[in-house]
Amino acid sequence: MKMMNTSTIHNKSKSPRSKQKIRVWPLLLPSVSVLAIWAVVPLVLTIWYSFQNYNLQAPPAVFGGLINFEFLFTDGDLPVVVMNTLVMVFGPMLITVILGLAFATLYDGPFPGRSIARLLVITPFFVMPTVAALVWKNLFFHPVWGLLAWAEKLVGLEPIDWFSSHPMLAIIIIVSWLWTPFSTLILLTALQSLDREQIEAARMDGAKSVSRFIYVVLPHLRRPVAVLLMLETIFFLSTYAEIYVTTMGGPGAATTNIPFYIFSRALMGFDVGLASAAGIFAILIANIVAFFFVRNLSEQL
Amino acid sequence: MFKNKIAAISATVMMAFGVDAQATTLTIATVNNPDMVVMQKYSAQYEKETGVTLKWLVLDENTLRQRVTTDIATKGGQFDIITIGLYETPIWGKQGWLQPFEKFSDKYDVNDILPSVKDALSYQGKMYSVPFYAESAMTFYRKDLFEAAGLKMPENPTWTQIADFAKKLDNKQTGVHGICIRGLPGWGENMALLGLVGNVFGGTQFNMNWTSAVNSKAWNNAIDFYVNLANKYGPPGVVGNGFNENLNLMAEGKCAMWNDATVAAGLLFDPKRSKVADKLGFAQNPVETWNKGGAWLWAWSLGIPSSSKNGDEARKFIEWATSKEYINMIGEKEGWVTIPPGTRKSTYTNQKYLAAAPFAAPTLKAIESASLVDNTAVPKPYTGINFAIIPEMQAINNYLGQQIAGALTGKTTVKAALDSAARNSDKIMTKAGYIK
Repeated sequence: MKMMNTSTIHNKSKSPRSKQKIRVWPLLLPSVSVLAIWAVVPLVLTIWYSFQNYNLQAPPAVFGGLINFEFLFTDGDLPVVVMNTLVMVFGPMLITVILGLAFATLYDGPFPGRSIARLLVITPFFVMPTVAALVWKNLFFHPVWGLLAWAEKLVGLEPIDWFSSHPMLAIIIIVSWLWTPFSTLILLTALQSLDREQIEAARMDGAKSVSRFIYVVLPHLRRPVAVLLMLETIFFLSTYAEIYVTTMGGPGAATTNIPFYIFSRALMGFDVGLASAAGIFAILIANIVAFFFVRNLSEQL
Repeated sequence: MFKNKIAAISATVMMAFGVDAQATTLTIATVNNPDMVVMQKYSAQYEKETGVTLKWLVLDENTLRQRVTTDIATKGGQFDIITIGLYETPIWGKQGWLQPFEKFSDKYDVNDILPSVKDALSYQGKMYSVPFYAESAMTFYRKDLFEAAGLKMPENPTWTQIADFAKKLDNKQTGVHGICIRGLPGWGENMALLGLVGNVFGGTQFNMNWTSAVNSKAWNNAIDFYVNLANKYGPPGVVGNGFNENLNLMAEGKCAMWNDATVAAGLLFDPKRSKVADKLGFAQNPVETWNKGGAWLWAWSLGIPSSSKNGDEARKFIEWATSKEYINMIGEKEGWVTIPPGTRKSTYTNQKYLAAAPFAAPTLKAIESASLVDNTAVPKPYTGINFAIIPEMQAINNYLGQQIAGALTGKTTVKAALDSAARNSDKIMTKAGYIK
């Protein structure tokens, strides 16, 4: 009896799985295929439309070959649009990371009113981009009724018309204001997971607070910063609502980025073919940026 | 028992069908202008009278245009009644996307509709949408400021005269700007006015072979003048000001003059909504070296997409909303100043309206003298006053509007802006097959 027990135990340790392999992919197939269809069908349609010469108001769609791409790449605005896209990604990124780091360090230790201060610094993230942009446009930046105009008039300066003279800076400010809380949250959580004993040890070794920060805290934060940068790239590449509500891509093409360019060609000009070609181009740009990130930051993850 | 179950189920199903067959639902897409909002309010009465259910989609002009255009071009069939203008009507009528209005009911006086408006909404003699209200452009000015400065506004001013008045009345101390003028980029925004300025400075938008004419000497003069005027005597942030912002500024008393839609008169003249109701004067929209094409013609109208299955009910509603009786009802209940203007001859012979609205006569004059065909100093290949009624116009004039906004804010020179816009226009027109 005992021997039978051990042999059954022995057989159990060699679980049935090793002999009778359960194939996992048929179980995953339904959800993966739905996901694939969801992703591939729009892509294929966009590619198909990019080869059609199709103005929605003047159908039918006629095969146009490379005419849309030719149109796109000879568009005088395209270099400006690409540049604007990159500025709108890296500008807010720089500001949010620096400010996020500052806030995270500030909020790390306890101080009176910390919970209220934390709430205040996190709240802008929950404001919808359109609402935030309108608030900034009419209550802060407006040269007649805005808070900044009032402050400028107090000191005797001519109020700045932000969206005429510094439209890109204005949009960067709005986007940074919206996303600094995100950055603060990520970095604050990361900071709070820092081992306090390392800091203690560094302090006892005589390191000043600045050196402690540079040589102990920052290396610890490299991974969350890498994650932060990647997430922000994904989101900032598709900045749209703030532009639509404030400058509509103008003046001229000063604040037109690739998503807004596609919108203006597709839904204001109704040129489906050109917009699809621009969409393909956007995918290309996004992939190039992602490639650089993955190559440089993959060792951090 | 089984038989009873079947009987019960089939009875319920038949009841459901029966109920469906009685109540028609009309889905109406409209723009969020005050007159439309009033129409929505009074349509509750129509629902009660006829038993038809109305579903409303009220949007701002740009979003409405996007939604309605994409729906009708892809035969989406979402709407039974759409609010479109005299830009879409001839184009979509030609495409067969709209149901024509061939017969009206007897009590609906279709010949009462103003001829210029009726023609603008027709294609090959058939009407494809019915006007809800129509407008042109005019000059609004502050009679009190003019009197105080000893100035007199002529009935048909020129832009040079307007610039002169603006210079004399611009007063930073009192916060009154010489002129409030559109700056927001867009074909229906700044370009609506600038298309007119281009006309009266002797220009046109397309040459006869469809190449762009916006970089001509006439247009350069026109836009140089505009940029100068707006920057020197306009309010700050002019590039962000569209119709609504300027209406606000004028109603708050911050402008000495304003050139814009005649329909603003009703709002500016209403003491409940405007501080300057008793101080307003009206004149025709300015001309310059050429005396035609100085004021636009625009009509917001109701049309029925071809895909709608409720054409008959939709027609009945449209007749109700655009009839003399509706106009009279609004006049009695909301005040004669706020009736939908510009559509019917009877409106302008109605003594109650004329008594309440001193702007009625100049509005009628502006609408009647606006011609879609004869308005430029040089021959042109398109129909339209301040824009060409072709599908490609939106992309072209949006871009032109953006470029001019760039010139207005000093980001580019006027010449560079117009050259860039002309190149863009030529590219688009070549791609669309107009330029061979």
